[in-house]
Amino acid sequence: MSVSKAKKPMTLESLLPKIVLAPTTAVMLVCMYGFMIWTGALSFTKSRMLPQWDFVGFDQYAKLFANPRWDVALNNLVVFGVLFIAVSLLLGLFLAILLDQKIRLEGTLRTIYLYPMAVSFVVTGTAWKWILNPGLGLEKLVRDLGFENFEFRWLVEQDMAIYTIVIAAVWQSSGFVMAMFLAGLRGVDDSLIKAAEIDGASKMKAYWYVILPILRPVFFSAIVILSHIAIKSFDLVQALTGGGPGYASDLPANFMYTYAFNRAQMGVGASSAMIMLMGVLAIIVPYLYSELRGGKNGR
Amino acid sequence: MVANRSFNLGRLFIYGCLFAFALFYLAPLYVMLTTSFKDIEEIRSGNLLALPQDPTLYAWIKAWSSACTGSECQGLAPFFMNSVKIVVPAVIISTVIGALNGYVLSKWRFRGSDLMFGMLLFGCFIPFQVILLPMARLLAELGLANTVTGLVLVHVIYGVAFTTLFFRNFYVSVPTELVKAAQLDGASFFQIFRHIFLPVSLPIFTVTIIWQFTQIWNDFLFGVVYSGPGTQPITVALNNLVNTSMGGKEYNVDMAAAVIAALPTLLVYIFAGKYFVRGLTAGAVKG
Repeated sequence: MSVSKAKKPMTLESLLPKIVLAPTTAVMLVCMYGFMIWTGALSFTKSRMLPQWDFVGFDQYAKLFANPRWDVALNNLVVFGVLFIAVSLLLGLFLAILLDQKIRLEGTLRTIYLYPMAVSFVVTGTAWKWILNPGLGLEKLVRDLGFENFEFRWLVEQDMAIYTIVIAAVWQSSGFVMAMFLAGLRGVDDSLIKAAEIDGASKMKAYWYVILPILRPVFFSAIVILSHIAIKSFDLVQALTGGGPGYASDLPANFMYTYAFNRAQMGVGASSAMIMLMGVLAIIVPYLYSELRGGKNGR
Repeated sequence: MVANRSFNLGRLFIYGCLFAFALFYLAPLYVMLTTSFKDIEEIRSGNLLALPQDPTLYAWIKAWSSACTGSECQGLAPFFMNSVKIVVPAVIISTVIGALNGYVLSKWRFRGSDLMFGMLLFGCFIPFQVILLPMARLLAELGLANTVTGLVLVHVIYGVAFTTLFFRNFYVSVPTELVKAAQLDGASFFQIFRHIFLPVSLPIFTVTIIWQFTQIWNDFLFGVVYSGPGTQPITVALNNLVNTSMGGKEYNVDMAAAVIAALPTLLVYIFAGKYFVRGLTAGAVKG
């Protein structure tokens, strides 16, 4: 009697952790992995307005890659991704190194560099849209200064619009990269720089040969995070250029949204989403793999 | 002497660069604020950096209560309220679920729980475009298409991965011996959570709540896909306000609207910046 009494609450108790985790597990399996498979399957059908399950093989992908608009979106992603990542890294590292020189007001400066991260991309887009607008914005400001032939109309130029997105995205995200590098620098032993300087190396050389190699993992994480932001970029384009002029500054996420929800081309939308997923996987899988392996080696 | 002078020049260069970039980061905020207090006449005649000569609240009042966001002209006020109605429950629910999940995944591991955590972590990275279409179907099936409840649900589902990650990484550092000792004393699963874990959880709750608040308030993708005319969050309304030009373009109203949309998260950043930055680095895996 007493044994069974003691046993019964024990079993319920021992099931509790599983019961607590069960809803999240179920929802995750359905709403992440199940949905991923659903979208994958949809991309092999000829669905338009509504899902329908006539399988057509890779037709939608063929259609996708024959679409000039997708071509533009992919090219833009390369241009945007490379510039956004490179400039954010350089600027973030530069500011972090400068801030690491025992600066007065460091806290205030850090706060200023980082605040754009707290703001929505839609707000960022709206602000830069006004600053970069050809009529009354930056162009007029410089003209008022006396440079009357100054022209700056990237926002409305087919070939240049994508660069306005780079400017706004760098403004928003570089402070975050700075914070990552600064945290990395704070972890580096000061005596390393001193030792290098005693050996006759200039401060520049000390950073280049001694500190930067130590920061390699930070570079690695920053690149992964920035490329992830780049591939998912959607709101900024929507707010800053609306993908325009025409579709000149579309990114894949904007393409996907337009085709899946405005043009009732579900199949094409699904296939573009799958390509985006592949892109993310190509970056994330090696990263997670090396992170987990690194963790096992005690890093 | 020479060394000293070059040292000073070096310092000057450093401070010069740091302050120049501080101006670069501050400029858009400055421009937004000054523009929002100007009238249209002054925007046309003056320049971007000039201070308002004759500050007016016209743009702010219009942005809040009568600017057009598509076919309606009620300003941002109703959409601000929509965002509040979406954010508050979504943040609370996802944080509570995350705390419990994190507790289990750190201290009550069982066969499969590590795999589950791995899959959840991986889920943090998927581009949401992959789930947009089926989620739209599911919401329609549930009768939640274009509702605030539907948006809360979506934010909870895709926010739990991060909240779980935050709490799990925090609770891992609570000594397992404490849990064992409490168990020997006959404390139950929930008692241990209440009396050992909750009392030390204030920092991680703060970080998680701030993170979720910022993410959900600033969300645009889910908002634009899953909301209807009456349920749009503020980011979507702001985008509509800026991109529907009925009559002349009123940049001052656009800027006031942008500041209104940014204000809640900016205030959180100003008053709890430390926790915001901690969330960023904790969520760094996410990006």
